[in-house]
Amino acid sequence: MKLQRKNRLRALSLGAIAVSGALALTACGSDDTSANGGSSSGPTAKAGSIKCDDAKGQLLANGSSAQANAIQAWVKAYTAECKDVQINYKPEGSGAGVTAFTQGQVAFAGSDSALKPEEVTASKKVCSGGQGIDLPMVGGPIAVGYNVPGVDNLVLDAKTLAQIFDGKISTWDDAAIAKLNPKAKLPKTKIQAFHRSDESGTTDNFTKYLKAASPADWKYSGGKAWQAKGGQSAQGSSGLAQQVKQTAGAISYFELSYAKDGIKTVDLDTGASAPVKATVENATKAISEAKTVGTGKDLALELNYATKADGAYPITLVTYEIVCDKGNKADTFKATKSFLTYIASQDGQDSLAALGYAPIPAEINAKVRETVASLS
Amino acid sequence: MDISTKTTAPPAPADPPTLQKRAARGATRPGDRIFLGLSRGSGILLLVIMAAIAAFLTYRASLVLSKNDGNFLTTFEWNANATPPVFGIAVLAFGTIVSSVIAMAIAVPIAVGIALFITHYAPKKIGGVIAYVVDLLAAVPSIVYGLWGALFLVPHLTGFYSWLNDYFGWTGILEWQGGAPRTLLAVGILLAIMILPIITNVSREVFRQAPLMHQEAALALGATRWEVIRMSVIPFGRSGVISASMLGLGRALGETMAVATVLSPSFEINASLLDPGGGTFAQNIAAKFSEATEQGRDALIASGLVLFIITLVVNGAARAIIARRKEYSGANA
Repeated sequence: MKLQRKNRLRALSLGAIAVSGALALTACGSDDTSANGGSSSGPTAKAGSIKCDDAKGQLLANGSSAQANAIQAWVKAYTAECKDVQINYKPEGSGAGVTAFTQGQVAFAGSDSALKPEEVTASKKVCSGGQGIDLPMVGGPIAVGYNVPGVDNLVLDAKTLAQIFDGKISTWDDAAIAKLNPKAKLPKTKIQAFHRSDESGTTDNFTKYLKAASPADWKYSGGKAWQAKGGQSAQGSSGLAQQVKQTAGAISYFELSYAKDGIKTVDLDTGASAPVKATVENATKAISEAKTVGTGKDLALELNYATKADGAYPITLVTYEIVCDKGNKADTFKATKSFLTYIASQDGQDSLAALGYAPIPAEINAKVRETVASLS
Repeated sequence: MDISTKTTAPPAPADPPTLQKRAARGATRPGDRIFLGLSRGSGILLLVIMAAIAAFLTYRASLVLSKNDGNFLTTFEWNANATPPVFGIAVLAFGTIVSSVIAMAIAVPIAVGIALFITHYAPKKIGGVIAYVVDLLAAVPSIVYGLWGALFLVPHLTGFYSWLNDYFGWTGILEWQGGAPRTLLAVGILLAIMILPIITNVSREVFRQAPLMHQEAALALGATRWEVIRMSVIPFGRSGVISASMLGLGRALGETMAVATVLSPSFEINASLLDPGGGTFAQNIAAKFSEATEQGRDALIASGLVLFIITLVVNGAARAIIARRKEYSGANA
């Protein structure tokens, strides 16, 4: 009797282990790519644009998760040509990337924000005779997704967006929204504004826009952590998109690639002749209005969030690759330079649009190529 | 070494009392000595591990606490990467305790009910199946609970929330403003499901061991089955159920991924359990860790230290309760 029970228990626990093992394995099987969906059908590079230049070895990189899908597609195309190079990009976040770079652990870092002065100082230890510089490589529109039953086109401006995310406007039939959308039938539903619960470059760029375009309504200092009180939150861009999809009355912000499966996005009234849609082309147009604020070889950009140019979508994010202008590590330098040359090339930039990213405008891109060619 | 030598010749002053004790316990054969060494070593190892965790947490926390621009205990904000950092654990402590208490309030009665049903009411086969299914719940990874909670449980809670609001809204703590139900109550419900198996499992084992003599004696006196359970099974199992609940509470206090997926975290405390907002220690660490700077990490570790202390206090309290009810423990039955 007792023995039998023991055996049964053993069988039960074996079964439990099998089931939980299977569950755990499937849990591990998902990764960042599945969130995008575009990268599996990623671009195939034309062999002409990739020059391996005898590059060899393993490139370690770390940084922004916003550009992870772009890097992944680039790496796939690049390593198909240059089989002696392995590139390992860990999308641990911009902060982690910059820290790893200033500690000399990686060949280059990805970051959603340009190096701060103290980080440049720290990078001088790693770059013998030089310093860390920012190379803008990828842009992307941050879409404002919403879920208002019965409303298919929604136009908002910076002022109403700031007031919505600050809790000042709390219902969808508010006069300020109605004024911007005279034709829409706005319901009485409560507005449920969602923001990121983790620190994020997307939050940083979105609040930078609110602060620059409507300073009177957005008084917070900004940064990667959300600072306004109230509202609801969720983890990661995919978490926000999920909430918008399942909650009536929800509005939130995330990279354009997450605005799929029927999530509608807000058209921005920037003061241009017509409201601007969140598209890759419109983001590129806004980036082309950016000023270069970096000195020397540094190409850090300052976006013009208050742009009124027709068809320029100002809530955009530019993410950088960070390398040393001089004194890159000798053993990985050839591979770094050859990889960066490829991603700044026409083919490299052209492949971005299919992934929901915006290419860097030609004028800035020309400077990036020049700088990459001069790296040493 | 027999009694006569002991009584006639008192031990020499040089003879340490421990040796004498050991002799009295009979730990003289090599097997006994090895086993004693092994078990003592294991006990010491455990203390060393706990001390190492405490030392590490305290050291890393001390690095950042002096730089904190806010009050670590009362500030409603977490901006630990900024210079100067501003962070406080008030919201996290509140959220952790409230969600765990809700989970316990839901899970303990249900778990005891399941355990009693399995051991005393159900036919053996059905009881076995139920026990098996409950045990399986323990094997589901917490992220799966999180996904189920966020995608299924939360969207289906709106009806329940408006019902609560209609009948209990006047209490203030169950007032609903109509936000998405990603709140501490939802977390509590999810945690309750997650801690059910451990409480059920241990309670079941304890109830099964309730002395048959007591039960038969009660039956012989004409007690009904419920009276048997009330008079002999539950008193006997009470300390076991408390221990089991504490194990479950431990899991609820430290649960990370499921909470991070289901809660809508924010650094504020709402009077109503149905308003989104709040946070727990483990959820906050998971959400903030990946983008944290060195200093931000130390701040998160400082919050981890508080969770560590809360866990120690809860366990200490549980031991104290169990010690008071020693008379019912299995050893005396």
